Amino acid sequence: MGETITFWVLAVVSVVAALGLVFSRKAVYSALMLGVVMLSLAVLYAVQDAPFLAVVQIIVYTGAVMMLFLFVLMLVGVDSSDSLVETIRGQRFWAVVAGLGFAVLLAVGIGNAVIGDPAGLSGAVTADGGNVPALARLIFTRYVFAFEVTSALLITAALGAMVLAHRERSAPKATQKDLSRARFLGDHPTPLPGPGTYARHNAIDMPALLPDGSVSELSVNRVIARHDVEGGRLPDNPRLAQAIRNVASGSGGTSPSPKVVQAVAEEPGSPSRSEGLGEPEGGGRSEGFSEPEVLGDAEDKPKVAQTAGRAAEHPVEEEGK
Amino acid sequence: MTTHYLVLSALLFAIGGVGVLVRRNAIVVFMCVELMLNACNLAFVTFARQHGNLEGQIIAFFVMIVAAAEVVVGLAIIVTIFRTRRSASVDDANLLKY
Amino acid sequence: MEPAEIVQHSGGVIGVSWLTIVLPLLGAAILLLGGRRSDRWGHFLGVAMSLASFVVAALVFFELLGLGADQRRRLVQLYEFLPAGTVDVKLGLLLDPLSISFALLITGVGSLIHIYSIGYMAHDPDRRRFFAYLNLFVAAMLLLVLSDNYLGLYIGWEGVGLASYLLIGFWQHKPSAAAAAKKAFVVNRVGDMGLALGIFVIFTTFGTLSFGPIFSHASQASQGTLTLIGLALLVGACGKSAQLPLQSWLLDAMEGPTPVSALIHAATMVTAGVYLVVRSGAIFEGAPTAQLVVTIVGVATLLAGAIIGTAKDDIKKALAGSTMSQIGYMMLAAGLGPVGYAFAIAHLIAHGFFKASMFLGAGSVMHAMNDEVDMRKYGGLASVMKITWITFGLGYLAIIGFPLLSGYWTKDGIIETAMEHNAILGWLAVAGAGITGFYMSRVFFMTFHGERRWDKDAHPHESPAVMTWPLIILSIGSVFGGAFLIAGNRFMEFLAPAVGRPEEMPSFQPFSLTGLVTLALVAVGVVYAWLKYGRSAVPAVAPRGSFLTVFARRDLYGDALNEALFMRPGQWLTRLAVFFDNRGVDGLVNGLAALIGGTSGRLRRVQTGFVRSYALSIFFGAALLVGAWFVVGNL
Repeated sequence: MGETITFWVLAVVSVVAALGLVFSRKAVYSALMLGVVMLSLAVLYAVQDAPFLAVVQIIVYTGAVMMLFLFVLMLVGVDSSDSLVETIRGQRFWAVVAGLGFAVLLAVGIGNAVIGDPAGLSGAVTADGGNVPALARLIFTRYVFAFEVTSALLITAALGAMVLAHRERSAPKATQKDLSRARFLGDHPTPLPGPGTYARHNAIDMPALLPDGSVSELSVNRVIARHDVEGGRLPDNPRLAQAIRNVASGSGGTSPSPKVVQAVAEEPGSPSRSEGLGEPEGGGRSEGFSEPEVLGDAEDKPKVAQTAGRAAEHPVEEEGK
Repeated sequence: MTTHYLVLSALLFAIGGVGVLVRRNAIVVFMCVELMLNACNLAFVTFARQHGNLEGQIIAFFVMIVAAAEVVVGLAIIVTIFRTRRSASVDDANLLKY
Repeated sequence: MEPAEIVQHSGGVIGVSWLTIVLPLLGAAILLLGGRRSDRWGHFLGVAMSLASFVVAALVFFELLGLGADQRRRLVQLYEFLPAGTVDVKLGLLLDPLSISFALLITGVGSLIHIYSIGYMAHDPDRRRFFAYLNLFVAAMLLLVLSDNYLGLYIGWEGVGLASYLLIGFWQHKPSAAAAAKKAFVVNRVGDMGLALGIFVIFTTFGTLSFGPIFSHASQASQGTLTLIGLALLVGACGKSAQLPLQSWLLDAMEGPTPVSALIHAATMVTAGVYLVVRSGAIFEGAPTAQLVVTIVGVATLLAGAIIGTAKDDIKKALAGSTMSQIGYMMLAAGLGPVGYAFAIAHLIAHGFFKASMFLGAGSVMHAMNDEVDMRKYGGLASVMKITWITFGLGYLAIIGFPLLSGYWTKDGIIETAMEHNAILGWLAVAGAGITGFYMSRVFFMTFHGERRWDKDAHPHESPAVMTWPLIILSIGSVFGGAFLIAGNRFMEFLAPAVGRPEEMPSFQPFSLTGLVTLALVAVGVVYAWLKYGRSAVPAVAPRGSFLTVFARRDLYGDALNEALFMRPGQWLTRLAVFFDNRGVDGLVNGLAALIGGTSGRLRRVQTGFVRSYALSIFFGAALLVGAWFVVGNL
């Protein structure tokens, strides 16, 4: 009875979380939903006489793999949300058809199968005195070769990850002297104004006032400003609200520190290298992740050209409007 | 009960599959793959109990290890691609075509 | 009387009679393989080989004469050529009066023409090659006439065909010569096919290819088989001897150098058909139908050739028409049985002399007139080229049958024999003689008499001695050959061991009715030609002429007939095949390829490069597999 309740609760939770994983716009939510599913499954493992797996599930999956996911998410840019506009024609429809068909087929098949009561693992486990020793016996006897091969796989994976993610330094490391020189050559020799300077709020998303009373757009992080704009959490003061909007849209000033770094790192011949991962930059920077229309769809290009051509043909009309 | 577990496993698997098909963010796609693997693991564990045999749990264990390795390499690849192409969309990497 | 038995022979000159063939063959090989190194002395070697061959042939001839009349068929076994199961061909030479007559004609006239060619081809850079081909021809022709079996005969037959092809197209740079060579080759193939079929039937009927056993067993074969063999051999003879309906190549063959026209296309090779018919006499005598067809072909050709000869302005083509006509006479005689054989061969030899003489004379004229062949641009040459005029004139008188000259004896013999055999054939032959009188006179008067119609830059002169001496010797032959052969039935007696003796020897009557009518007709033709071409002016450009003239000028529409009957349908067939190949076979293949290509081009679009599309198809596949598994599992 207890197992039935556990199952139904966790089944509903895990299915809803899985759906949430698929349908949430933001990758971070997806990751969290996946965590929920994994935890639910861990409990289900525990219920099904697999305590060791349940623990491993929590430690390896929820602990390590999920953290890795989140880490990479943060690395490649957490501030963007995935566009849900489908660009491959029919892909979504057929994906749903295939998924539903697959699920229904499997479910019907499983439902039709005559399955007796579970044999239970107590018999298999008692000889060794518990689940973990029993598993250990199997792993280190019958599956020891696979186990060793797996260790080689893990080592290889670690090395591979290092090789793949490694980046050779193409320019000498910027010294303090270089950084200082770049800062004085740049727009802001002084440190950027913190949100606390002449703060009118104690929140980090509210811009600071400069000594002359003007609003400093430099004092707000662009990511945070964008969250405010998207969430509609703008202050009543129109000047502050406008400043936040400017920051969010990237038209106003942004935090200058990246520019400083950029100026230092921008050696001739390696401009692309200068764009650091995860460093919020100018407006063009974000499109890599959100990219609503980046897809080079063959159908879109002619349209653009058409529009441009039309505009060129009727410049007067356009101006008249 | 076994039937329920298996149906749940199939459901999760299908959801993960649909996710792989409809999402474009490579990381989310990866998560969906993980979801599918987890669904399989659930089936393995269920069958282990059904048959009173620990082999299923062993397989699930190995699946976890392989999945961990896969995630490590996969994410490294994503990072590398993102670094050069400024994009984590699976649709952007479509140069290998007709 | 039946022909004499064939006797095995060894020793003596007859034992080495194969030298007649080998010597010219050796000469050809040396000249062809020697290349430019032999340019300086090549023509002398060619002449030497030909003369040596003639000497051997003459020695053989005298040795044969030394034997008794019924011992004059000597067989010289050389070696086993094809010992293969039932086909056991021993290559051997048959030396009998018939073959030695031919051998003497070939080597004798051939040697004279070799000598003549030294002068005629003096300025040709390829003179060595020319002599090599001439030697090759002599060797092949000798093999043809000396072989004791049909296979050897066939080899020689093809050999002379090859030499003829090479020599007609000797001036390859002239497209007309190349085309003429090809035409001769192709038309000869038709005839050769007939000969080959005849030989096949002979082999299946008699089980051997040797003359001796075949002729001695010929009477045992059914008449139908003999008729079939005879007709097949006749087709071969028609091809080689330019008889109707395979006559079309001979006129074009005049594209070759004039000595070639004289040697191959007048004196020797074209008479191979007559030789074949006479040699196979035993077969034809068992097949009266085939004999009748031979005579009809002969008469038709002698008239056709004569008519063509009347309209040609090209001196060589006029002579070629005459050659056709004269061979027609020989064919007619050859179709008349043993009585005719002697006359046929006698006329053949006489014709070899006077026609070679006239062709070489024509060559001499052309040599003098800058290779001009149009008789309308000759005229009045008698005074500048005395020797040529006289020798050509003697040949001319001989061919029209001027009393006591060669043609008179031999042709009159043929006409008389034909008249006895069949009056229609006889009178047609008489008519042919009348036309001969006209057209040969036309040639003679247009060339040597009348006003001078030369081109401005023409400076006619007598040819060098190396060219005139052969003319003189040949004209002597054309004056006295006939009388020597026919008077007292000398040649008929000589040939009898080879071809059989007629039941009663024809007695020559100088002033028979037929002979007088013939002479009268010839005289009418000569006088008419004199009035038209000797006394009155000859227009420089041929007048359009009546329908008959055009008919003759166009070779009796032989080419048009061939084109309509064979070339056009052949082309249609080819086009049909090409069309079928292009549309049917290629269409199928290309269509299949295009189908696959097009399908691939469309299927290629599936490769979008989007990994999600691929994943979708994989997922669908997995779903299908699961479905299929259920379906199969539930069955």
